[in-house]
Amino acid sequence: MSELLLPPEHRYARIIKEKLNEDGSELSILNLGPTHPATHGIFQNILLMDGERILEAEPTIGYIHRAFEKIAENRPFYQITPLTDRMNYCSSPINNMGWWMTLEKLLDIEVPKRAQYLRVIVMELARITDHIICNSILGVDTGAYTGFLYVFQFREKVYEIYEEICGARLTTNMGRIGGFERDWSAEAFRKLDVFLEEFPAAWKEFENLFERNRIFIDRTVNVGAISAEQAMAYGFTGPNLRAAGVDYDVRVSQPYSSYEDFDFIVPVGKSGDTYDRFCVRNAEVWESLSIIRQALEKMPEGNDFHADVPDYYLPPKEDVYTNMESLIYHFKIVMGEVPIPVAEIYHPVEGGNGELGFYLVTDGSRTPYRLHFRRPCFIYYQAYPEMIKGALLSDAIVILSSLNVIAGELDA
Amino acid sequence: MALETIEIQDKLTETFGENVFHFNQEKDVFSFEVAADKITAVILFLKNDPILRFHFLTDLCGVHYPDSEVDRQFAIVYHLHNWYENKRIKIKAFISGEKPEIKSISNIFLSSNWMERETYDFYGVDFIGHPQLKRILNMDEMISFPMRKEFPLEDGGRTDKDDRFFGRTIDNC
Repeated sequence: MSELLLPPEHRYARIIKEKLNEDGSELSILNLGPTHPATHGIFQNILLMDGERILEAEPTIGYIHRAFEKIAENRPFYQITPLTDRMNYCSSPINNMGWWMTLEKLLDIEVPKRAQYLRVIVMELARITDHIICNSILGVDTGAYTGFLYVFQFREKVYEIYEEICGARLTTNMGRIGGFERDWSAEAFRKLDVFLEEFPAAWKEFENLFERNRIFIDRTVNVGAISAEQAMAYGFTGPNLRAAGVDYDVRVSQPYSSYEDFDFIVPVGKSGDTYDRFCVRNAEVWESLSIIRQALEKMPEGNDFHADVPDYYLPPKEDVYTNMESLIYHFKIVMGEVPIPVAEIYHPVEGGNGELGFYLVTDGSRTPYRLHFRRPCFIYYQAYPEMIKGALLSDAIVILSSLNVIAGELDA
Repeated sequence: MALETIEIQDKLTETFGENVFHFNQEKDVFSFEVAADKITAVILFLKNDPILRFHFLTDLCGVHYPDSEVDRQFAIVYHLHNWYENKRIKIKAFISGEKPEIKSISNIFLSSNWMERETYDFYGVDFIGHPQLKRILNMDEMISFPMRKEFPLEDGGRTDKDDRFFGRTIDNC
């Protein structure tokens, strides 16, 4: 069977030929992916198996590589946000806001407090949706469909809030340099209130379904465990690292967008296994809800939703149609004819699955000279072969979904 | 006591002398350059020194400067982070454009494995000592290194789209 799948010179083909088990059975090859319903994205893993045990794995990535970094070198700054949407598309507002904050750091723009709080709200909503997807799909992969159905409608509710804010749902392209494109409508706040009212009960129910569930615990405890040292060596960040017991969180260590104003804890796990990753995400959702409530409570008066930076912030649309000056500025900004300092910037934000960093090199022209995205799952996915070594095939699926590897971010 | 940038600079200059230079504070990240042949020694020192403790490799990537002199045409950029003191540094090592090669740090930081492969994939930089230096995001059959500046984004023969009308020329994009 193995000859059909691999060229004879492949490492695994040689291992199979050399190694025969005592009872005469032979090792086999299994292609997990590239497209398989259980992998939730396009990743291929060539597995060398002894029965149902995985001996070795060889991941292939890049199936949806879209050359974002190259495209970004040829686009003005406003046209790069849609690229960031499409990295971790489960929490695109975080990517958008991370990109605007990178530019604001570059241009030394101070964002008004109210806009910062609005950003915090939308970023935490994005984190909640990210965790909803990861945890409920993890449930589906272990055979529990019900939890997924309970919470997934709330992702829809969050998307309706995004829709009120920016008009888009999944790939949001939200915000501008210095704030938002328009103030949030009363409807957006109303929907947010409804969400805060209804979601906790559903999330509690979801937790109750899983956290003490015998089958779920059997499937996840001690599956895909990674020690804190290993996790740091492999460049883990985000919930996956915190599940191993390291309380590193960019929101705390380098607060951006006024995260220092809010009171929240960073949940940590202990053993770094699939169950801990699940529990850390569950706990983070509660913290996110608490941050959103605090932000709404502390929201400054007034209606500031963007910084006063006419050089970079698009003028209101109604002025563009009636006012020459506004039309000129609109044109200049869209075409990238704005002053850009020569600098090198690194700006990290806490994305849904780890530290999302933007390394930006500018040379004063209308496009970045170099833009590198530090994509958390690209970095930690390289630990995957190590984590599934010796595990069962069904565990490999569960480990993959608990790592929250998003194909769009992995391949950029 | 927080780790001061001057302390990092002093310790590095004391140990490596002329091989570390161009220290400056870029916004919130302290940056400097390292002579390319000393990169593994410097990074190992930064990681293991009991005071500096830069134990986490945040990011590794390449930058292409085709207009610089020939021995400074590629830069490999390392972002290290010390979580104990919450200090970030950026290290740049410039290498030759004719034969871009630098020592791999994959023995020091496991996470650099794929990042170095990515840099090889896009810039063709040879990381000496890397356990498995092959393409990662692009297909194996590809012969060019697409993030180099001379590689065009789009097929130059396209007639359906004229970039001049969108404010872009070959020089300014």
